[in-house]
Amino acid sequence: MEETVQHFKKRSPKRKQERFGKTISLVATIFIVSIVFSILFFVASRGLRTFTEHGVSAIDFFAGTAWRPGEVSDAGEPLVGAFPMIAGSFLVTIFSALLATPFALGAAIFMTEISPKTGKKYLQPVIELLVGIPSVVYGFIGLTVIVPFIRQIFGGTGFGVLAATLVLFVMILPTTTSMAVDTLNAVPRYYREASFAMGATRWQTIYKVVLRAASPGLLTAVIFGMARAFGEALAVQMVIGNAALVPDSLTTPASTLTSILTMNMGNTVLGTLENDVLWSLATILLFMSLFFNILTRWIGKKGAMK
Amino acid sequence: MKLKRMITTTTITIAGLFLGACGPVVEQESITVVGSTAMQPLVEAAGEQFSSENLGKYINVQGGGSGTGLSQISAGAVDIGNSDVFAEQKDEIDASKLEDHLVAVVGIGPIVNPEVDVDDVSLDELAKIFTGEITNWSELGGKDRKIVVINRASGSGTRGAFESIIFQEGQKSMITQEQEANGTVRSIVSSTPGTISYVAFPYFDDSIKALHVNGFEPVDENVYTNDWVIWAYQHMYTNGEAEGLTKEFIDYMLSDTTQENLVPRVGYIPVSKMEVERDLDGNVTDIEK
Repeated sequence: MEETVQHFKKRSPKRKQERFGKTISLVATIFIVSIVFSILFFVASRGLRTFTEHGVSAIDFFAGTAWRPGEVSDAGEPLVGAFPMIAGSFLVTIFSALLATPFALGAAIFMTEISPKTGKKYLQPVIELLVGIPSVVYGFIGLTVIVPFIRQIFGGTGFGVLAATLVLFVMILPTTTSMAVDTLNAVPRYYREASFAMGATRWQTIYKVVLRAASPGLLTAVIFGMARAFGEALAVQMVIGNAALVPDSLTTPASTLTSILTMNMGNTVLGTLENDVLWSLATILLFMSLFFNILTRWIGKKGAMK
Repeated sequence: MKLKRMITTTTITIAGLFLGACGPVVEQESITVVGSTAMQPLVEAAGEQFSSENLGKYINVQGGGSGTGLSQISAGAVDIGNSDVFAEQKDEIDASKLEDHLVAVVGIGPIVNPEVDVDDVSLDELAKIFTGEITNWSELGGKDRKIVVINRASGSGTRGAFESIIFQEGQKSMITQEQEANGTVRSIVSSTPGTISYVAFPYFDDSIKALHVNGFEPVDENVYTNDWVIWAYQHMYTNGEAEGLTKEFIDYMLSDTTQENLVPRVGYIPVSKMEVERDLDGNVTDIEK
């Protein structure tokens, strides 16, 4: 009797292992979470200095159109209007998503519904290849092919929102496509079978059943693409022209939050207004990507078909 | 099985790297040099040559920009901070603690697309192009074509030097396209009709046309005499007086061998060749020889 009690009181090796594993994953989780929060805290605390330390009003920063850090206006206010960059970032993001979505959807439908065999064999590897190409290569191709092309057709220098949109289109296409493929594959087989059984054609099935069932996932795919476009720095910086002007046409030089950040970070001195406004731009970027993330979660919850 | 083998190989390689790093018997010393990307090729080349002549002494050269170089050196985080502007020109840098070592001079010149048929501009005209007052090449005697201005990132050392020399009091550059590096600027100017920008002399090549200013050709010889007025010093700053390896390396940079061979080879002008000197406020005086 005593022996049996002892046996149950002692921790078995399996249980020890279990505890060990739990501890390790807990530590890892805490580590990652604390990294995320310290980055958030660091960037935001630096970014807020623009308003607290240097006394720039939030309206001047978000709506101002004159970006000349280091200089002051006639009234003595620092010229740090970030609106041209905010507008540039949103324009290239929205345009590239608008352009990429139909192509991504089409490719995904082809790969899952119409010809899964060819899709798996040829399209899948091509898309995976596209994901792996570093952004500087995209930027370089943009600079040597797309920019001169736009210059020939529309005149001007060729740099601008249009060039950035076209480069980003190619860059977010694989992200959006592969996520859309996963979503479509996750639609249960019996949905399709039920639809066919009721006499629907293939097109009707795709359009009314599969796409409808997958729509929250597809939306998530598009938003992921947008998040990537919004955060892309190098390739955009190479083709957008980096002029801190509110874009008045698609083919005149503009700038994005990221392009101004990468251009100027190394040239400013830590703690100055010139440096802190860049951190403010970084804060906007960070909160936008947080927003994109929350949005996809929200869509995932709301849109699920019951 | 495959995975296991992979893990083993990786472990061995990593262990090898660590052991390799511990290997040499020679006592090791190293310093870190951070800052101006324009100066990076020169300092890297000098650092390599220095290490090959002095075993076990390493010069670790990083870019990051002049601003980074200056803030890192005033914080004491690195041994040498490279900058192509005077530390005094950057606010918030306490220049009194820093010691300036002028290691080279670089000429900066306006470049245009080869199709532009203007060869010579005055300094005043050049300034007006960059402020946006002159917008067409026909105003300078060329064909009727719009001038496209490409600038460098605000705060870049080359831009700071260029603007401080060409602009009069009160003039400032128009907001226009900005590019990050000399090389990018050159490739855009070479391919876009009507463009003008400026690069350091070492970046001149056949794909672009270098403008004459006030009748002078942009060559090193004209910089010596200040006939070509657009030039800048390359600074290596130390926090307080240089000591130990830092001093050795700066002395090496300033030695006649480096100044006469390496500096011109990477496209810079040796300080010793200069017949004039310029102070912080831009006053130029002749050097007594």
